[in-house]
Amino acid sequence: MNDQTLTAEERAANLKGMGCARKRVEDVRFTQGKGNYVDDIKMDGMLFGDFVRSPYAHARVKSVNKEAALALPGVIAVLTAEDLAPLGLHWMPTLAGDKQMVLADGKVLFQGQEVAFVVAEDRYIAADAAELVDVDYEELPVITDPFESLKSDVVLREDLEGQTEGAHGPRKHHNHIFTWEQGDKDATEAVLAEADVVAEEMVYYHRTHPCPLETCGSVASMDKVTGKLTLYGTFQAPHAIRTVVSLISGIAEHNIRVISPDIGGGFGNKVGAYAGYVCSVVASIVTGKPVKWVEDRMENLMSTAFARDYWMQGKIAATKEGKITGLWCHTTADHGGFDACADPTKFPAGFMNICTGSYDIPMAYLAVDGVYTNKAPGGVAYRCSFRVTEAAYFIERMIEVLAIKLNMDAAELRRINFIKADQFPYQSALGWEYDSGDYHTAWEKALKAVDYDSLRAEQAQRVEDFKAGKTRKVLGIGLTHFTEIVGAGPVKNCDILGLGMFDSCEIRIHPTGSAIARLGTISQGQGHATTFAQIIASEIGLPADDITLEEGDTDTAPYGLGTYGSRSTPVAGAATAMAARKIRAKAQMIAAYLLEVHDNDVEWDVDRFAVKGAPERFKTMKEIAFAAYNQAIPGLEPGLEAVSYYDPPNMTYPFGAYICVMEIDVDTGEWEVRQFYALDDCGTRINPMIIEGQVHGGVTEALAIAMGQEIAYDEMGNIKTGTLMDFFIPTAWETPNYTTDHTVTPSPHHPIGAKGVGESPNVGGVPAFSNAVHDAFRPFGLVQSHMPHDHWRIWKIANNLGMHG
Amino acid sequence: MSKMHVKLTVNGREVEGLAEPRTLLIHFLREDLKITGPHIGCETSHCGACTVDIDGKSVKSCTAFVAQVNGADITTVEGLTNDDGSLGVLQEMFREHHGLQCGFCTPGMITRAHRLLQENPNPTEEDIRFGMAGNLCRCTGYQNIVKAIAASADMLNAQKEAAE
Amino acid sequence: MIPAGFEYHRPGDIASAIGILQEHGDEARVIAGGHSLIPMMKLRMAEMGHLVDLQGIDELKGIDIGAETITLGAMVTQHEMITHDGLAVAVPLIREAALQIADPQVRYVGTIGGNVANGDPGNDMPGLMQCLNASFELSGPDGIRSVAARDFYEAAYFTAREDEEILTRISIPKPGAGVGQAYEKQKRKIGDYATAAAAVMIGNGQASVAMTNLADTPIWSEEAGAWLAGGNIEGCVAAMLDAIDPVEDNRGPVEFKKHVAAVMLRRAIDRASSRAG
Repeated sequence: MNDQTLTAEERAANLKGMGCARKRVEDVRFTQGKGNYVDDIKMDGMLFGDFVRSPYAHARVKSVNKEAALALPGVIAVLTAEDLAPLGLHWMPTLAGDKQMVLADGKVLFQGQEVAFVVAEDRYIAADAAELVDVDYEELPVITDPFESLKSDVVLREDLEGQTEGAHGPRKHHNHIFTWEQGDKDATEAVLAEADVVAEEMVYYHRTHPCPLETCGSVASMDKVTGKLTLYGTFQAPHAIRTVVSLISGIAEHNIRVISPDIGGGFGNKVGAYAGYVCSVVASIVTGKPVKWVEDRMENLMSTAFARDYWMQGKIAATKEGKITGLWCHTTADHGGFDACADPTKFPAGFMNICTGSYDIPMAYLAVDGVYTNKAPGGVAYRCSFRVTEAAYFIERMIEVLAIKLNMDAAELRRINFIKADQFPYQSALGWEYDSGDYHTAWEKALKAVDYDSLRAEQAQRVEDFKAGKTRKVLGIGLTHFTEIVGAGPVKNCDILGLGMFDSCEIRIHPTGSAIARLGTISQGQGHATTFAQIIASEIGLPADDITLEEGDTDTAPYGLGTYGSRSTPVAGAATAMAARKIRAKAQMIAAYLLEVHDNDVEWDVDRFAVKGAPERFKTMKEIAFAAYNQAIPGLEPGLEAVSYYDPPNMTYPFGAYICVMEIDVDTGEWEVRQFYALDDCGTRINPMIIEGQVHGGVTEALAIAMGQEIAYDEMGNIKTGTLMDFFIPTAWETPNYTTDHTVTPSPHHPIGAKGVGESPNVGGVPAFSNAVHDAFRPFGLVQSHMPHDHWRIWKIANNLGMHG
Repeated sequence: MSKMHVKLTVNGREVEGLAEPRTLLIHFLREDLKITGPHIGCETSHCGACTVDIDGKSVKSCTAFVAQVNGADITTVEGLTNDDGSLGVLQEMFREHHGLQCGFCTPGMITRAHRLLQENPNPTEEDIRFGMAGNLCRCTGYQNIVKAIAASADMLNAQKEAAE
Repeated sequence: MIPAGFEYHRPGDIASAIGILQEHGDEARVIAGGHSLIPMMKLRMAEMGHLVDLQGIDELKGIDIGAETITLGAMVTQHEMITHDGLAVAVPLIREAALQIADPQVRYVGTIGGNVANGDPGNDMPGLMQCLNASFELSGPDGIRSVAARDFYEAAYFTAREDEEILTRISIPKPGAGVGQAYEKQKRKIGDYATAAAAVMIGNGQASVAMTNLADTPIWSEEAGAWLAGGNIEGCVAAMLDAIDPVEDNRGPVEFKKHVAAVMLRRAIDRASSRAG
């Protein structure tokens, strides 16, 4: 028998458990084109819905004439707010405590806002009919600037007129949403007043969009016979969607089945609840047929889920030796026409108060003002936990700005301000308890890996050469040490619409020793079917290859809050480990019974329980599984399964050190990433292959954001970047190769010590690229400029610095 | 609009159907023929998720009317699986080198890479990056896609050598 | 993004194609590769009752390298131009530029005829053809005429081609031995339209200079060419900067575009000069 001859290491390797670069089980389907995404779903008699959208950013809707559209053969219905109002569905609650029009109710607040929903036999007829819907608009003054909005007499949200109290406290102006304050204002201002040095800058993180390659969509099917609604869709949080649909539609929750099929990337875009989902449901109820809605790319970019748009005014105080003494930040947040942030916390600016970053800053103050403008609603965490990337960008820019003020090397400035390893768990001035970290070790490893001193010497020489007219290229060294806060999260401070942000896993072991596990999360490319099986394999000693993993069907999976904010591993991963441990606990009793010893006389050994001191006497997990189903064991129920709902005691705090070396042509603004080094510490590593892939992808999204990707509007509120011609997504040609590295500082409160990694590279990557651009021009006098660093903006920096002669 | 008679060879199989001339090839494949490997990503010919092989050329099927390709020989990612149902070389190498995550761009990537390797069996990294510039991926950062294609080239060349 | 409906025609010869255009007037449009037209149709910025597909017309195909003249059929694709070795020897500029158009998929389908005929100021080939002093053969109800590329472009999407005419062939005088050529294109990313691009041909005491996407038509400047032929690069650049008229868009403000126009032009001149002689 193999079991007798294999070493423990060999048996562990056979499990393909944690730490193994296991190939992905998902890929067998995906590589053959056998994925099942929402637009692949076809049902008998299925209709197709398409929106009529506003061409104006701010207008009164005087009338909607559907006649011509309804006369077109193949058109089944045209829905407007008037049709939805009797059902109470013309408005819907947002995930941020506001409400949002499903279809324009008297006015529109952003270009691309949904005005009418056309339902037809196929998407061609629906598109033709949408052209025939005649909407009479009266244009209103457009506000695209949040600072102007707070001064304007124009009332954007007439429905809120006179309401001085919002979902998050007092409103100061009719276009104001909330003020959120953290930390000690007076004490921080006192520190600033007394400081040796204070650096002050406006740090703008521009509006962008997650833009997964698959757009959003849904297929709703109301079965009038059973009264059951089945809703397929691009949902990063299927269970929460079920609850929301139940609450707003009045359909009992047990009569709703929500299914997230394969999802073609999410990055935060698919957390929110969109008008299209609601309209497909209503249309199915009205027509009695399945109704599909899939947005096109322009609709995606103009209406579902922008990200960022944070104006962060910062002040950072330090001693003349460079020890930071205080941090102050006031943010003006542009939320667009409705506050539809997909915010999983109880705080309107999410985790923005992680903005003290990796540094031991004794005193800090943060205020955020949310503002309405005539831009698309949303505000999603584009590959980050909510507002963490804004926070990380802010502090990593402020550190650079302070380094300039102090005339100090920015690597050294970071080094003398890092939270030290022996300070963890660390209480930050803005209220978080960092679980673990070893920043100095990571930093020294990173600087050594890129030979930092040589790079600085090369840069100094380059500056000389430039000044001597020998070159027109400058060299930037972009440094970043980021600390994330992920794994939303403890129910005490994280919820969506009152639903606590726990997550769940249910594991059933089959008699022959294979298993199925179901989770409350949903993969959008992260490879859950691969990695969660690895956690279970290591915990209960059954091979990962024998464990099926299912997510996304609310009729079968336990309730969970979904996948975003790097929360799957920290929360559902923990639930998985805990469920597996329950199984192992029962297995221990079964093994002891079979081996005729006391429960405490057996011990776990990779894939079996063995009698202490007699390792040749054992029962493998496979044997135990069978016994669970074929033996009557006194005091034990038959079967072997467990479920765990995990409410994490704390967030996790992954961190990393990223360094980008960039060449910039000052005459054209063209850039080239010469080197990118990414060191991540995400605690325990479950699958190094997948971690590396996540880092590659996340840094590439950061490259896009920092170097060109934006949702831009003209003064009329017209979107200027509505297709992939203008919305920058780098190809293989612009994207460099990355060097990945790691340290391992496990989370002390997580069952397997894992912290999550999917979003770190975006959070750390953006400041690394942006700092590289800034650093290249620092020797020529640049202190601060704004992203995105596309060619003309880089050129403008050089031009303003007089570098064009 | 009146419908026209469309006849195509898709993945070696002759297929026929009726379609409006304006029907985009991607919709004809996905809706009429139920070939859902090719995906719709951008609709303006920038992302390449809809890439199929038409008469030996990589084409974005969101930017071709079915009328234009009437009579053509088309290969989609479904046609690149081995006859015995096992993964073709590119499919296997994408899996081996973690060249995909959400899988949405993958069919277009693999179909484009197939043509690239037909034309250039020994591509450099630069050749691959240039030759794949019509296909966007939001997940992988391309590094492992490039690796997967290079590894596929090596494996295909080794297979060819062994066969000779 | 769904296009409006149309009747589809696939004529087998030029005369039939012109007949369809005559019959339907404004309602008809020709389609070559379709990679400019189809996106416009999907955005419903272009709608027509009749679409005339030129792919069935053999007369529009083929590359001919003559002793004095190179002739390109309008339906020759970018891919065919890139992979045609004879063309690469005769006019290396064409391969150099074609490789900077869009991406592989688009180049398989996109044609030289479509690229030069639709009058999009962002297209690369019109400026190139002006630099090379190509002429376009137009076939219409009244017969065949030839228009110099340098006279063809009137405004964005407006050209000397009449509605009932089809651009059938492009003739390029074969550059003499010793002529150096270069195409320099700045773009936001691979495959993008030019932020600024310059085509330069220099040698044997002559020079020709054209620029792309810096006005509502491609810009060929006789004066700039004359300065360059005389060895005065500064004069050439100044003349060209005077001739272009860029507008602000997502690629940047006017002052930036003018600056990079000069940079591209100088780089093209440098490279073309290094290849001359």
